[in-house]
Amino acid sequence: MLRVARRLFPRSGKLLPWLIPLAVLVVWQWFGSIGWIPERTLPTPSRVLAAGFRLLLDGELIQAMLVSTWRALVGFAIGGSIGFVLGLLNGVLPLSEKLTDSTIQMIRNIPHLAMIPLVIAWFGIDEEAKIFLVALGVLFPIYLNTLHGIRSVDPGLIEMGRVYGLRGWKLYRKVVLPGALPSVLVGVRFALGIMWLTLIVAETIAADSGIGYMAMNAREFFQLDVVVLTILLYALLGKLSDLIAKWLERRWLKWHPHFGAATSPSKTSSA
Amino acid sequence: MASAFRRGNLAFEDVFRLNVAEAADEAPAEIAQWEIAVPQHPGTGMTVELDGVAKSFADQPVLRDIRLSIRAGEFVAIVGRSGCGKSTLLRLIAGLDRATGGTLLRDGTPVNGISPDTRFMFQEARLLPWKSVLDNVLIGVTDPDAASAKMKAHAALKLVGLEDRADDWPSVLSGGQRQRVALARALVGNPRLLLFDEPLGALDALTRLEMQRLIERLWRQRGFTAVLVTHDVSEAVTLADRVVLIEQGRVAMDLPIDLPRPRARDGGFVRYEQRILDRVMTPGDSWS
Repeated sequence: MLRVARRLFPRSGKLLPWLIPLAVLVVWQWFGSIGWIPERTLPTPSRVLAAGFRLLLDGELIQAMLVSTWRALVGFAIGGSIGFVLGLLNGVLPLSEKLTDSTIQMIRNIPHLAMIPLVIAWFGIDEEAKIFLVALGVLFPIYLNTLHGIRSVDPGLIEMGRVYGLRGWKLYRKVVLPGALPSVLVGVRFALGIMWLTLIVAETIAADSGIGYMAMNAREFFQLDVVVLTILLYALLGKLSDLIAKWLERRWLKWHPHFGAATSPSKTSSA
Repeated sequence: MASAFRRGNLAFEDVFRLNVAEAADEAPAEIAQWEIAVPQHPGTGMTVELDGVAKSFADQPVLRDIRLSIRAGEFVAIVGRSGCGKSTLLRLIAGLDRATGGTLLRDGTPVNGISPDTRFMFQEARLLPWKSVLDNVLIGVTDPDAASAKMKAHAALKLVGLEDRADDWPSVLSGGQRQRVALARALVGNPRLLLFDEPLGALDALTRLEMQRLIERLWRQRGFTAVLVTHDVSEAVTLADRVVLIEQGRVAMDLPIDLPRPRARDGGFVRYEQRILDRVMTPGDSWS
């Protein structure tokens, strides 16, 4: 049975993950058009799509997406760098860890969204507010995973490096950092999720542009199709950042058996 | 002639003649290939002197009073029950740990940390998984940025018969192949002292025999001093000029093995093996 299906659809392996989303869309459209789901509760996919086209044509959609993506990436770059550097320092220097780790852990345990009232008081609804919140949100997963990655590098490999005369920066560049990289990338994937979540909340509460603002604005005028559209947009952007993280993993962890060690370094290095 | 060679102080012509004679009777093509790949370094081994060496971990003595003198180019095997301190002794000679007492000399100078003349082979291959086989060998080159570095690394891989795997990731190699890469990495810098910490312990029996032959051949070609820690008495008798038994932190036996190389498991071999095993198993000295 499965073999027959495979012969009929030779690319079924690639299509399989899309089967459920597609089925949901079809059922949703069908229930909407026969009236089982009232328009005022949830507009049909075709209505959402039409709203998407309308906003795409008048440029509002592109504008909102650009603004939101820019905020997300700037916040990620700032928070990610701080988290990475702190993780590196605390993984390498015991003194630095003693000095800063417990402070970082205390701040980490404050839900960063609880800072919103304070952040609005500080920055108003300017760009700084959103970027600050995103940076704060992504800092901790990257910090924790960098620190963990450096600590879990095989001590045997470090000892081997010492036997071969590697010390100081060379030892870190050749042995410690590559060894910590898989863990750092796990942190990046976590952080990308938190990045969008933070931005959505920040934009819905305090913004005058961006996807979140577009959704709140549409709610005022009861344009549910636009609201649903923005929700779908977030899903799409989330999927996009996940793809980027996976791409980084495949590129930087080529040696890892999990990411395709079947290919030899010479064959993949040109890619 | 072969037993004379183990003194390690032969003149170049003798070594050359020996290798030619060897080439005639065993695997001629292979030997000839190595001859081209490796320059001869006869008599480059390092001497090691241990006098009253002691080591304690948190007031728990592991080694008490080790007296041992290793000649240049000699192959010494250290055997003993697990936990007798034989690996600790090897780490002291390497400079990976510091002795808590006694003097430890390499080539007449006190051991002070790790030296580029000394290489260490661990029980596991300890290859960097994110570097190709060739790049792993390059770690052993003292100046990896030099133009000749890659050539040296290739030559070392050829020495262990893995030149065609240079571009592979270590994760696709078998356990024996990984240890051969580790051996190439150790040899590429032309060490004068090579320390082996049970590097064959995790290999299957056949791969192990193959590796023993490879190590013996390379040792005879290059003339480095070799110290092998092993729990396998038969391996010790196969490879070593001298077998040293460590018991309760002291040298309990120091037995020269006077057998021609390459060694076969004949009567003389078995007698040596039995003698060492009998000594290891003496009930009075057993801890259990």
